[in-house]
Amino acid sequence: MADEPLVLGIETSCDETGVGIVRGHTLLADAVASSVDEHARFGGVVPEVASRAHLEAMVPTIQRALKEAGLAASDLDGIAVTAGPGLAGALLVGVSAAKAYAYALGKPLYGVNHLASHICVDQLEHGALPEPTMALLVSGGHSSLLLAPDITSDVRTLGSTIDDAAGEAFDKVARVLGLGFPGGPVVDKRAREGDPQAIRFPRGLTGSRDPLYDFSFSGLKTAVARWVEERRREGVEVPVADVAASFQEAVTDVLTRKAIRACRDNGVDHLMIGGGVAANSRLRSMAQERCADAGIELRVPRPKLCTDNGAMVAALGAEMVARNVAPSSLDLPADSSLPVTEPHIPGTGADAGHVHR
Amino acid sequence: MLLLAFDTATPAVTAAVHDGTTVLAESTSIDARRHGELLMPAVDHVLREAGVRLDAVTGIVVGVGPGPYTGLRVGLVTAAAFGDALGIPVHGVCTLDGLAYAAGVAGLGGPFVVATDARRKEVYWARYDGPRTRATGPAVDRPGDIAAEVAGLPVVGAGAALYPEVFADVRPPADQSAGALAALAAAKLADGEEFLPPLPLYLRRPDAQVPAAYKAVLPK
Ligand SMILES: [Zn+2]
Repeated sequence: MADEPLVLGIETSCDETGVGIVRGHTLLADAVASSVDEHARFGGVVPEVASRAHLEAMVPTIQRALKEAGLAASDLDGIAVTAGPGLAGALLVGVSAAKAYAYALGKPLYGVNHLASHICVDQLEHGALPEPTMALLVSGGHSSLLLAPDITSDVRTLGSTIDDAAGEAFDKVARVLGLGFPGGPVVDKRAREGDPQAIRFPRGLTGSRDPLYDFSFSGLKTAVARWVEERRREGVEVPVADVAASFQEAVTDVLTRKAIRACRDNGVDHLMIGGGVAANSRLRSMAQERCADAGIELRVPRPKLCTDNGAMVAALGAEMVARNVAPSSLDLPADSSLPVTEPHIPGTGADAGHVHR
Repeated sequence: MLLLAFDTATPAVTAAVHDGTTVLAESTSIDARRHGELLMPAVDHVLREAGVRLDAVTGIVVGVGPGPYTGLRVGLVTAAAFGDALGIPVHGVCTLDGLAYAAGVAGLGGPFVVATDARRKEVYWARYDGPRTRATGPAVDRPGDIAAEVAGLPVVGAGAALYPEVFADVRPPADQSAGALAALAAAKLADGEEFLPPLPLYLRRPDAQVPAAYKAVLPK
């Protein structure tokens, strides 16, 4: 429908400079410039390297997205940007760019929450989100179970990791196994040749007295390292594929078990999975099986929409426009620890929603 | 000619509108931690005060540093975005040159030094033969290491007052002014001089600790 809001979204919370354009629930462009290769030799994302790369990539990535969508910037109905959470210096590049485009083009600005965006992106894949939506967000930065009665205004945390994010555990295990960075894709790949039942690694926080929806991956990571070191110390060859598969099985077992429990307990018949780890093939297949058994409809966007991207920000921005949410103001801050309970940063003063040209 | 100038390379968040002859409006606030929040309201403010529309602006002037990176990037990405959205040129000017030009307006002839705070016990600095003639720099150094090079010279910029043992003859101004930056740019445009590309002068490599090789969890 041509009258659905046309929104450009900017995402710079970590190492991907993402610019997406959507019309309502339709994806028109998804341009990404990644600095991941520059971080690989450090074994993790270096904030200053990421921020420098965002500055270089910002305008070219916006131009690429507009070209991909076949649009002029003046056609847009609004500009959305990740205001947090994320790396402070990285966020600030995107927020500053979004303000400048919004101001120069005379368009409303929407500072939105990165986590809520990860959920909302599924509207581009599977249409309008059910309300409430149950979401499992898993990436290098987050592992949360979220319940969203209204993605633009009401997102609640049911549980989250008490130590490492799931994606971090993948990175660390990849490092233990000497597989490089980032760990997610390479562990997934090696695990396909391995036996997921070969080693019984611990399932964190699954005891009868543990918190129902919280996660812990630190103990698992240490258990994997210990197991591998013991083999090496004995001079036994480490079965890399079996370790990868067994580790991955432990992670996905806990994630899916808790997510389905959360759906049941809250009477929700849908489960959305997002974040970079949602690209993991075993998580997708296990979630599919278990959701089918439990009568829960599973919604997982295609992998490119699960990792950080601008389209997800645009998707949430478009929802803000569609629901007449007030725009952010020109003094919109980048908030590195923005809580998920704030899907949007509303305007603060007289200039909210008012653009002077 | 109608220039919109701003600079976020120092603790000053400063914006100004200049018509080629005079500064029509200027706004400067000093807050090293809130560049991102303060810049766009300042731009909005000076445009309103000057009574001009952003789409009437013919060029963006931006201080390209050197300066601490997080704040510096706010000005540069804003300039790049304005340039792209409005289809107008973005003129990069060394931040220290803006301070030197302002020092000239305040009566300093030359030679002199401009020094701003680079944190970590260092300054960003340059030597000038005159308000529009940079002789050396910009560079980033510990004040003690450049004492001989700056000895006896007047120094402007907020970096000077931090190290009185090295910079004895402190002169105004202390803080960057977008009005001065715009006036310098207008003079350069009138004289057909070149600008810097609107890219950051970081002068330092990013801090990036290469983590030690994998740490064992088993006791040795
Ligand atoms: Zn993310």
